[in-house]
Amino acid sequence: MLKLESSAALQNLRTDILARRDPARPCIAVCAGAACDGLDSVAVASAFRTEIAERGLEARLDLRVTGCHGYCEKGPNVVAGPDDVCYFEVTPEDVPGIVAATLEGGVFEDRVHKDPLTGARAVHMNEVPFYMHQTRLIIGDNPKIDPMNIEDYIALGGYGALAKALSTMTPDQVLDEVKRANLRGRGGGGFPAGSKWETTKNAPDETKYVIVNGHEGESAAFMDRAMLTGNPHKVLEGLIIGAYAIGARKGFIYTRHDAPRLVEHVKAALAQAREYGLLGDNILGSGFSLEVELHFDVGIFVSGESSALMRSIEGNPPEPRPKYIRTSVQGIWDKPSNLNNVETWANVPQIIARGADWFTGIGSPKSKGTKLVSLSGHVVNSGIVEVSMGTPLRTLIFDIGGGVRDGKGLKAVHFGGAMGGSLPANLIDATLDFDEMSKLGAPIGAGGLLVMDEDTDMVEVARYLLDFLVKESCGKCVPCREGMWQMLKILTNIADGMGKKFDLDRLADLAEVTSLGSLCALGKTSSDPLKSMLRYFKDEYETRIAAGRQGQ
Amino acid sequence: MCEQKIHDIIEKYRGQPGSLIHALTEIQHENHWLPHDVMEAVAAALDVPFSRVMQIASFYKTFSLTPKGRHEVHVCTGMTCHLRGAARLMEKVQELTGLEPGQTDAASRFTLGRGSCLGSCSIGPELIVDGKHYGRMTPDKVEGVLKRYE
Repeated sequence: MLKLESSAALQNLRTDILARRDPARPCIAVCAGAACDGLDSVAVASAFRTEIAERGLEARLDLRVTGCHGYCEKGPNVVAGPDDVCYFEVTPEDVPGIVAATLEGGVFEDRVHKDPLTGARAVHMNEVPFYMHQTRLIIGDNPKIDPMNIEDYIALGGYGALAKALSTMTPDQVLDEVKRANLRGRGGGGFPAGSKWETTKNAPDETKYVIVNGHEGESAAFMDRAMLTGNPHKVLEGLIIGAYAIGARKGFIYTRHDAPRLVEHVKAALAQAREYGLLGDNILGSGFSLEVELHFDVGIFVSGESSALMRSIEGNPPEPRPKYIRTSVQGIWDKPSNLNNVETWANVPQIIARGADWFTGIGSPKSKGTKLVSLSGHVVNSGIVEVSMGTPLRTLIFDIGGGVRDGKGLKAVHFGGAMGGSLPANLIDATLDFDEMSKLGAPIGAGGLLVMDEDTDMVEVARYLLDFLVKESCGKCVPCREGMWQMLKILTNIADGMGKKFDLDRLADLAEVTSLGSLCALGKTSSDPLKSMLRYFKDEYETRIAAGRQGQ
Repeated sequence: MCEQKIHDIIEKYRGQPGSLIHALTEIQHENHWLPHDVMEAVAAALDVPFSRVMQIASFYKTFSLTPKGRHEVHVCTGMTCHLRGAARLMEKVQELTGLEPGQTDAASRFTLGRGSCLGSCSIGPELIVDGKHYGRMTPDKVEGVLKRYE
């Protein structure tokens, strides 16, 4: 492949790719996302390959192995084009039937969605209840893309936003567009990405860095991995556009080492983008250059924290540092470093391509666009969901999630992993909005939404989360290292029926000190789950302590 | 056994102190643990103090300072798996292997570990052997899975 030397060359390539493809020719997309993979989608994909080869159907049918489609609960997922017929829980035995039906333009009835109560069938993606309440702007392309093939992304208009930015916009105009879009960080804080970019852009140092945080250590959050594994070029395109706006010449992607497919896809994406002249020197002939390095976390939660992550990229232990100077001003090797989460970067191309006005038309008054949510726990349909900001939690849990498993009642929903919070069932009409959820004490975090049924023991949940954090504390700040340990001892006692009268006061004291005396979010927010428990489920704690005392 | 490969990795990063984590990660993947003499060689080649190598190697959970078994068995203890019964699964694995998390058996067959959220929450609880995910695991299915690994 010859390097693309201008925006026009990219456009020509796209025209060329589309001309080579017959839009009417059916394509079968087999999901190889993390969940489908665990349900042996590899066997399904290989059965399709064999069937196509044995019947000599190569010219009539395409096969594509893709990233996560979203409906993980019903994996392995298969989508058969051109009109997106969805098949669920597909086994290798179903393959001949699906191939035959797809070639005839028909439907293989055995594996389409049927409503468990009414038996009503849903054939196409937009009729399946799990999908029809979603707005899948950034994850929706996954079934159409082989992540190892850059041309699939280009065929869908990929890198068009980069070409637009480089050829028709100044860096300031790009920054302005992102600021006007009010894109807020998807990694936890909800901090406006545009302001962060501006700080790094305006920092006096010439050398600047941009970073993709794909660490995703938050328990029960799995959407960033699905995004980066399933459509790595979208994230990369966002990063290059950001680097252009900020004036960075070097970028880093920091992600997990323990997901082999993720690593393979990101490496391939970087290599192909370089080969096509979309990364490296003189991108699309614009004079702008960017190199991107891939780094891996090596197994500790705190290295997802921005300053710790940057220490890790330098090759040092991931200990957070005080933030009186922000990492956007002094980050990696003390150079201005702008870090955003995978999902934040993935939103950038569409903002540039379609404009800030379009983007601000989606979402709630203060939280714009869509949000990826990993839906799991005691929910019927677990999976990866993308909805407009401002969607009520009820829609997420009941309309999309199908309610609570085993016909049980809903007790609580938990957002934000080990540093998040739990809300009682009577608050599920709250909407998915950064500020509203924070006020309620269950900040969205990265977007891991956990459903808990009526039998869930809330003392045990808080104990479990704290136990996780105790093991993950880097140990630099004494209040975090020792304070959490003391809280865990008290909680364990309560859970074991050995709680004492003033335990809850002691917990509140410890929580306050740990929050005030720790440098990073791990210590600062370690007691957030507990605080939400004492706000909404205090009765349960008091009852447990009282019952324990009686038993003694 | 893979001395040449370890040597190549070290040579690749010679003189680059900033690549310490890269070098150790690659050696860990190749050799499954970090012997003392290898860490000394890394320190010398990358020009970092041995104490720094030890600090990194003992801090990050991925690195092992003791030999590991032929197969690495992980039970995910992330939050969804926990809610869906990971503790009972872990008990069963411990009973079958006779190992506590972090331990390796005398025949070097298995090393048992805990994994905190490995990203397949939808099919939890899960068991991961040598990177292969086994979803919707129940205690009675564990033996059948482990039998496949000798």
